[in-house]
Amino acid sequence: MYEIVSKKDLSSDIHLLEIKAPMIAKRAKAGQFIMLMVDDKGERIPLTMADWNSEKGTVTIIELEAGKTTKQLGMLKVGDKLRSIVGPLGMETELENHGTVVCIGGGIGIALMYPVVRALKQAGNEIISIMGSKTASTMILEEEISAVSDVIHICTDDGTKGHHGFVSDILKQMLDEKKPIDMVYAVGPIIMMKVISDITRPFGVHTVVSLNPIMVDGTGMCGSCRVSIDGKTKFACVDGPEFDGHKVDFKLLIERNRRYLEEEKRSLEKFDKEVQ
Amino acid sequence: MAEEKKPKKERVKKKYPMPEQPPEERIHNFNEVPIGQTEDVIKKEAQRCLQCKPSEKRKLCYDGCPVGIDIPAFIKKIQEDDLEGAIGIIKRYNNLPAVCGRVCPYENQCEGNCVVGKIKDSEPVAIGRMERFLADWERARGVKAPELPPRKDKKVAVVGSGPAGLTVAADLAKKGYQVTLFEALHSPGGVLVYGIPEFRLPKAIVRAEVSYIETLGVKLVTDAVVGKSISMQELSEQNDAIFVATGAGLPKWMNIPGENLNGILSANEFLTRANLMKSYMFPDADTPNRIGKKVATIGGGNVAMDCARTSLRLGAEESWIIYRRTETELPARIEEVHHAMQEGVKFQFLTAPVKYEGDETGYVKKMECCRMKLGEPDASGRRRPLVCPGENFELDVDTVLIAIGQSPNPIVPQTTPEIKTTKWGTIVVDDWQRTSMKGVFAAGDIATGDATVILAMGGGKRAAEAMDRYLSENEDWPAPETWEQ
Ligand SMILES: Cc1cc2nc3c(=O)[nH]c(=O)nc-3n(C[C@H](O)[C@H](O)[C@H](O)COP(=O)(O)OP(=O)(O)OC[C@H]3O[C@@H](n4cnc5c(N)ncnc54)[C@H](O)[C@@H]3O)c2cc1C
Ligand SMILES: Cc1cc2nc3c(=O)[nH]c(=O)nc-3n(C[C@H](O)[C@H](O)[C@H](O)COP(=O)(O)OP(=O)(O)OC[C@H]3O[C@@H](n4cnc5c(N)ncnc54)[C@H](O)[C@@H]3O)c2cc1C
Ligand code: FES
Repeated sequence: MYEIVSKKDLSSDIHLLEIKAPMIAKRAKAGQFIMLMVDDKGERIPLTMADWNSEKGTVTIIELEAGKTTKQLGMLKVGDKLRSIVGPLGMETELENHGTVVCIGGGIGIALMYPVVRALKQAGNEIISIMGSKTASTMILEEEISAVSDVIHICTDDGTKGHHGFVSDILKQMLDEKKPIDMVYAVGPIIMMKVISDITRPFGVHTVVSLNPIMVDGTGMCGSCRVSIDGKTKFACVDGPEFDGHKVDFKLLIERNRRYLEEEKRSLEKFDKEVQ
Repeated sequence: MAEEKKPKKERVKKKYPMPEQPPEERIHNFNEVPIGQTEDVIKKEAQRCLQCKPSEKRKLCYDGCPVGIDIPAFIKKIQEDDLEGAIGIIKRYNNLPAVCGRVCPYENQCEGNCVVGKIKDSEPVAIGRMERFLADWERARGVKAPELPPRKDKKVAVVGSGPAGLTVAADLAKKGYQVTLFEALHSPGGVLVYGIPEFRLPKAIVRAEVSYIETLGVKLVTDAVVGKSISMQELSEQNDAIFVATGAGLPKWMNIPGENLNGILSANEFLTRANLMKSYMFPDADTPNRIGKKVATIGGGNVAMDCARTSLRLGAEESWIIYRRTETELPARIEEVHHAMQEGVKFQFLTAPVKYEGDETGYVKKMECCRMKLGEPDASGRRRPLVCPGENFELDVDTVLIAIGQSPNPIVPQTTPEIKTTKWGTIVVDDWQRTSMKGVFAAGDIATGDATVILAMGGGKRAAEAMDRYLSENEDWPAPETWEQ
């Protein structure tokens, strides 16, 4: 059993949990994730490690309430214990000095991007961060990301903070203005990653995206997480989750992530009734 | 020694029947299909055994047993009303009789050689059922932990908790070694928990087996992917020897168009959702497992039968097995094939899919198949299936389960270059189950490719013996050249 040692609500539906898991904390690398299960009847869900502390033996996750499991997780308190947490899984981010890297996070993707931005900064890159959320109150990690970025842009869909519009608007403008960009790192809603990849393609800018297919084991044993990269099938849990955005079949990913929509709805409705 | 005179009496030609849940009932639940026999019936069954003596002339029951259980001896004990003695004999060879008594392909092993079965109109002695009965009988009385020898100061790490890993952990713990068992998933048991369904192998049996090895002092660490959560290097610094039994869990695909459509799953994904994640309890358990009206399972082995039968229990209206050879070549245990047929699973032989088509939402709706015919025997001795050109046809399906085999789990070898593998990805071992990395042994599906529980268990037994020898007397290791071929 794995104890929750601290918890912070970053917004009404985004929570940060620090969990005791010494074996994972010792080996965690930027870009990797864990699979966790709340209780015996729970689902195994993948979550990126936003941070880790090998001395304290803890890993930190930041999660958005998307359905039953993430909602249940958000209701847990310090001292509560999780049935299972396994990791670190997936490949780590390639942390070279690329030069100038634009890091783009949308919504909960900002949390997923944070450890990567930090590590890329440490590797000597110049970092331009673009962060987007629906509205000012759901913007997360602004301070943390500012601290490891050279430049930061904020966007909200409703204009309550920063640029009124999408993260892709800012990137497009930079490319049109011929700003030298060596790499783009994008993580967020699938449609955002697709748009970003489409924008950078004509400019030939290397674009890395972090994919979020539905997973079961997270260790390469089932193929639930299969994605198509350059026409070849890959398992995101072992070959990814980061891939070259110009080679990803986003349409397939969107379809595959809709596989259990009805069941997810049923599960959430049942849970909502129970906790009322 | 002179042959004992056997009293002349009427031979019972058929096995005493095993009561089973009726098919109409059982396709609506996940309870075990065979209900079990009484002590009385088992004793009568034991009377059918002729107590054959070793013979040069023909192969006998124990020659067919991959671990060489002295079958006539344990049956003799049953005939003498000594059930404790009987299970004692089995357990000298087999650590997992309650499991093997349910899932071994006896018809090709012990029972296939049984002399009684060769007599006209006769069935072999029901050796498997006796094994199952004895193991259940013992478990119901409560298995006592044996007296353990003084603890040795040597440490062993076992990687993977399937039949091979459980066997090595138990055998070495009984010899006094300090054993830690690492398992990647959140529950131990390997295929026994994530693959084989509850209706064939109740998970309570696996749990009992795991608790037993814990009483022997084995430390169990779940949620530990060796190679990711902890490296083989770290394990070898912390231990005096390592046993790798990570199994064959990597799903094989056919790489035909449309295979990534929604509704097409590997057998592993489907069965893991159903068994390990208990999707049959959805929404009381959180993991969903959507099943269509018309399910096609590709393959003809035990895994395929498990998929087809699980589909029916999850509510499929039609469940088809699509197999490229004929009924005679089906590699599944005969009992599973019978059970599947009784339950209404339909079989389409000499057929293989060539492509899948989806609807506008990305769900599979159709499967194009080609007809096959059998050609000359291949290296395995089975007749090779050949495509009949121009005879393709379509089947409407909304779920497809791919059960055409599993490859060895690559994580340990990939993260440990010292460990040599074959071109099939299996770990290379010698007769003592030693690998090319000093102090590291391997057995089970990771060394043989996907095989059977009894072979994995038997490989584990051999490895445990070799590891004891290595740790107690002889630390030599084969020279690097040994592994070159
Ligand atoms: C590598 C990876 C890293 C991720 N990191 C984070 C993170 O740091 N923070 C965060 O909030 N979310 C993250 N996600 C997404 C998160 O796993 C899903 O939101 C979560 O599984 C939803 O579960 P649920 O029961 O709450 O909702 P559901 O109602 O089950 O699902 C909501 C949506 O989440 C997706 N989803 C459902 N089940 C799974 C599953 N088993 N695996 C993956 N996706 C699923 C589906 O597309 C679905 O539409 C990550 C996903 C992946 C693959
Ligand atoms: C659906 C199905 C039905 C079957 N039916 C039968 C049958 O009826 N009769 C029969 O005899 N055989 C049957 N088999 C085959 C039999 O189950 C296997 O041959 C046997 O389980 C192999 O045992 P093993 O110990 O080698 O590995 P497994 O049982 O595969 O166990 C390996 C374990 O290692 C773990 N692992 C993998 N990688 C790592 C890692 N890096 N770190 C830590 N742990 C790791 C896995 O999670 C798993 O728990 C069936 C197989 C399947 C899939
Ligand atoms: S989640 Fe099972 S293979 Fe990736």
